Amino acid sequence: MLEKMLQDLEHIQEETKSQLKKVVSQEELNEIRVKFLGKKGELTAILKGMGKLNNEDRPKVGQVANEIRNNMEGFIAAKTKELKEAALTAQIEEERIDISLPGDPVALGHRHPLTMVIDDIKEIFLGMGYEIAEGPEVENDYNNFEGLNLPKDHPARDMQDSFYITENILLRTHTSPVQVRTMAKMVPNYPVKVICPGKVFRRDDDSTHSPMFHQVEGLVIDENISLADLKGTLLTVLRQLFGADREIRLRPSYFPFTEPSVEVDISCGICGGKGCRSCANTGWLEILGAGMVHPNVLEMAGYDSTKLRGFAFGIGVERVAMLKYGIDDLRVFFENDTRFLNQF
Amino acid sequence: MNVSYQWLKSLVPVDWSPEELAERLTFAGLSVEQVSYFNHGIKNVIVAEILSVEKHPDPSKTKWHVCQVNTGKNTVTIVCGAPNVRPGIKVPLAQVGAELPGGINIGPADKGGVTSYGMLCSSVELDLPDGLALADSDGGIFILPQECTVGEDIVTALQLDDAILEFELTPNRADCLSVINIAREVAAISGKPLTLPEVKLPEARGDVAEYARIDVMDKELCPRYTAKLVKDVKIGPSPYWMRHRLAAAGIRSISNIVDISNYVMLEMNQPSHTFDYNDIADHHIIVRRAEKGEKIITLDETERDLTEDMLLICDGKKAIGIAGVMGGLNTEITDNTKDILIECAYFYPKSIRQTSRKLGLASEAASRFEKGIDMESTIRASERICQLICELADGTLIGGVLDSHEGSFAQSVVELHYDTVNATLGLEVPAKAVDEIMAALTFPMEPIDGGLKITVPYYRQDITREVDLIEEVARIYGYDKIPTSLPEGEMTEGKKTFSQKMEDKIRSLMTAAGFNEIITYSFMNQKHYDDLLLAKDDYRRRSVVIMNPFSDEQGVMRTTLLPSLLTVAARNMKRKNKDLALYEYAHIFEPVEGEGLPKETSHVAALISGESAKSWRNQAKAVDFYRMKGILEMVLQGFGISQWELKAEAKEPFLHPGRCGGIYVNGQYLGYIGEIHPTVMEYYDMPQRAVVFDLDFSILCRESDQTIVYESVSKYPAVEIDLAFVADVHVTAGSIEEVLKKAGGEYLTSVKLFDIYEGERIEAGKKSLAYSLLFQTKERTLTAEEINDSVERIKDALEKDLGAVLRS
Repeated sequence: MLEKMLQDLEHIQEETKSQLKKVVSQEELNEIRVKFLGKKGELTAILKGMGKLNNEDRPKVGQVANEIRNNMEGFIAAKTKELKEAALTAQIEEERIDISLPGDPVALGHRHPLTMVIDDIKEIFLGMGYEIAEGPEVENDYNNFEGLNLPKDHPARDMQDSFYITENILLRTHTSPVQVRTMAKMVPNYPVKVICPGKVFRRDDDSTHSPMFHQVEGLVIDENISLADLKGTLLTVLRQLFGADREIRLRPSYFPFTEPSVEVDISCGICGGKGCRSCANTGWLEILGAGMVHPNVLEMAGYDSTKLRGFAFGIGVERVAMLKYGIDDLRVFFENDTRFLNQF
Repeated sequence: MNVSYQWLKSLVPVDWSPEELAERLTFAGLSVEQVSYFNHGIKNVIVAEILSVEKHPDPSKTKWHVCQVNTGKNTVTIVCGAPNVRPGIKVPLAQVGAELPGGINIGPADKGGVTSYGMLCSSVELDLPDGLALADSDGGIFILPQECTVGEDIVTALQLDDAILEFELTPNRADCLSVINIAREVAAISGKPLTLPEVKLPEARGDVAEYARIDVMDKELCPRYTAKLVKDVKIGPSPYWMRHRLAAAGIRSISNIVDISNYVMLEMNQPSHTFDYNDIADHHIIVRRAEKGEKIITLDETERDLTEDMLLICDGKKAIGIAGVMGGLNTEITDNTKDILIECAYFYPKSIRQTSRKLGLASEAASRFEKGIDMESTIRASERICQLICELADGTLIGGVLDSHEGSFAQSVVELHYDTVNATLGLEVPAKAVDEIMAALTFPMEPIDGGLKITVPYYRQDITREVDLIEEVARIYGYDKIPTSLPEGEMTEGKKTFSQKMEDKIRSLMTAAGFNEIITYSFMNQKHYDDLLLAKDDYRRRSVVIMNPFSDEQGVMRTTLLPSLLTVAARNMKRKNKDLALYEYAHIFEPVEGEGLPKETSHVAALISGESAKSWRNQAKAVDFYRMKGILEMVLQGFGISQWELKAEAKEPFLHPGRCGGIYVNGQYLGYIGEIHPTVMEYYDMPQRAVVFDLDFSILCRESDQTIVYESVSKYPAVEIDLAFVADVHVTAGSIEEVLKKAGGEYLTSVKLFDIYEGERIEAGKKSLAYSLLFQTKERTLTAEEINDSVERIKDALEKDLGAVLRS
């Protein structure tokens, strides 16, 4: 009796094993589970005969039956996992796509390259503790000229041919009037550390001049400001804009509102200062004008020029953009061709 | 100002090459833009003497001559077509083997059966300035000075290896329009001695006061007027060395007298005028303002209409010159002139500038007077001219000088402190170095405590303050020696203002939405007002007008950004850049009453046109009003503006009346959105439709709410219900949504339109709008009754207010 039961148990275990091998779907698997392990399944049927066993044999059969049940459940679980994995693999294979097809286009807008340069310059100066000042594009003569040590009929006014609205009102020829405005607002408080980006206008129109262009003016006033501070500031800024390997040099120049006045050159980025076509074989490129604020300008604004000094500079934004991006025609900035704009 | 290198070298014996000198001067503040040379490729051209000139044997070659020419080594035959060949003159001979500018090589040539062993050259063939040759060389062979040695290379004979330094002087250094003052700079930077030309007058007879008198009627415009007289001059050519120096400066040789006047102008920056003494009526010079309607014919044979603010030089009867600008034709020096009255004066710069501008007459003299010359060196210059006239034109000097001198230059004395020099420059220049620089500049000085007291020479009118002297130190000491440092002192806060942050915000929103930023001119042609169909009384037609534009394109400051946006869009469309999303952030200008500056307001204007992003799996869709409205909604959301209204109104004439609206925030007109009117599209030559908006950025900033109030999100589930309503087609979606929100109550948190249907499945003249409604509260899960109540209220309200019923 005992022998028969043990054999039967062994048999259904083998039977389960062999049938599982043929299973390919979850449904078949469920059928097998019901057939062998269900309430009316074969295992239950065998165990029904346990009542006929003597007390000694019953636990033995019970133990074997439990083992076999566990084994069979194990086989089924393994098969379940196997089937799931196979299904997943099939699904993944079926869902394979051609990732080389183009993505859905999402249009990215572009800031104008001149805005990009101005933004770069603003970031650099904000980091150095400067504020950003603004002024109107239409200015009065005092702010644009007189307050900058350029009285009426000063020969240097010829350097900046102007568009006039009335005898006394004109389109600003540089961003320097913001110096006058800032000083008027700040006096007698210092330090002053501002930059002023903006549009400026001159009566010029050819391939190298545009009647409207952009400048960034800078102004610093404090007790111990020196030309060396100006040189150091510009070196820092130009290196951030153009690269840490650049050098600068100062050339004497003349602006009525600064004394001493300098032109600042930056070493050519194409030849590294050796001389090439872009820099007319000089190794240097003219980049901006600067100087120490003229004491007349400080005094007209109400500052004590014996106690305070300052420096000022004017960066030509188009010039920087042309050098930075290798643009050789000024007019493209204002044509706004999208094939141009999309490159920035 | 162009100056001969050799001339400078004759005053200061520098051993620098022309290029090195140019570089050094540039870095000392006298910018040399270019170094050029007289010789543009002349090789093996020699001085030759014409021995004989015969007619060409071929009678048809009427213009040709056969010349026997002495080369110094032998005699060669040259056939020449120039009219001015004659025996005895010295001429440039391009021998066989010579080279001329432009790479021309000379070989033997058959000229009508006669072999020519070279070529006699003109200024043109030698590529030399016209004035370098004697006057009778005009239109023919360059006649060389008689003192040239036959056989000598003409490059040596004519000093053609001399360089020309082309100065680009800054307005403050008008003193360096004088070769002597440039030489002074050369001496200062090189440390070499400066040798000034000696002004030595020959013995004079008589006194000019016996021969002439001067009366200056307007001493404000003419603070100084001097006259000297030289008699019995011989008019002729000036010597080669003088013509060479004038030619370097770009001045053409005329005659010895005129050349001397120009030469001293270059040398000492004193323009002068030479009158034929015998043409001066009553030998009386009167300096006065022109009378109304007065006219004069100037040396350039042009009649000039004068005005009362112009200063004239007159004689007893008539005007004989416009002071400082140009002399009159009636007293011009001619070949028959014997006696010469020399005017050296100082005229008020502003007056010269105005006269020169008004007459459109920009002479070399005027440009020097208007920049300001040295009033105190007038007589010295006059003497220098007399000396040269006596030496080179054989004149007899009359003694004395007529001098009307009213008011002189103030003697400016400026203190220079060593510590201020160093503090300003950020340097540690030793006191001794400062002293040496001032001495090198030949500034008279005396030591004071901690510095120097400098007596500024009259020719340096630009130096008035200590800082001007500090600049002198810096430029001579060298800007390359300035160290680099950063400003010390109190920390400052680098920050942007609110509106600057908002400017960044609009740019980043537009960039994220796929828009390209454009930048266009602040001025425009006022014809755009017509192109925009603006009414005659439209406020935008009142614009700030530019007095002196080049053309109508800069006629007015713009009152709207739209024209340039449309122009840029049309240009791109024409270039086949069809899918456009553009915006500009810029000022518009509004005139104000009275003297004040115009009102400038920032605006942001945007345009879309073409198709939305099409791809291999998405159909292309023309961008339209709703696309732009979505952008507008995004922008307003970005600015924290939730309460705004889009009014269906056709207020802007340039927009499609059925596809536009006015945008209002808190009752203020923020701007407009709409499709461009078909007529305007035509005016701007736009081949495709475009939708625009324009917003007043100042209102956008003012109404912007950037405060962020955090609210926790509800932990309880939301209930989503989809409902469709059928309404008359004329009922707007906006009105339905308004009623929905109002009737829905506090638990209705979101309303989204997801479908619109018009067609056969519903009654004609009706449309169906399907909404997705979301109900939620933070306190708890809503009950079915609460939601039903809300839906019932919505149904009732829509039916009552708009006649819209739930679609069954």
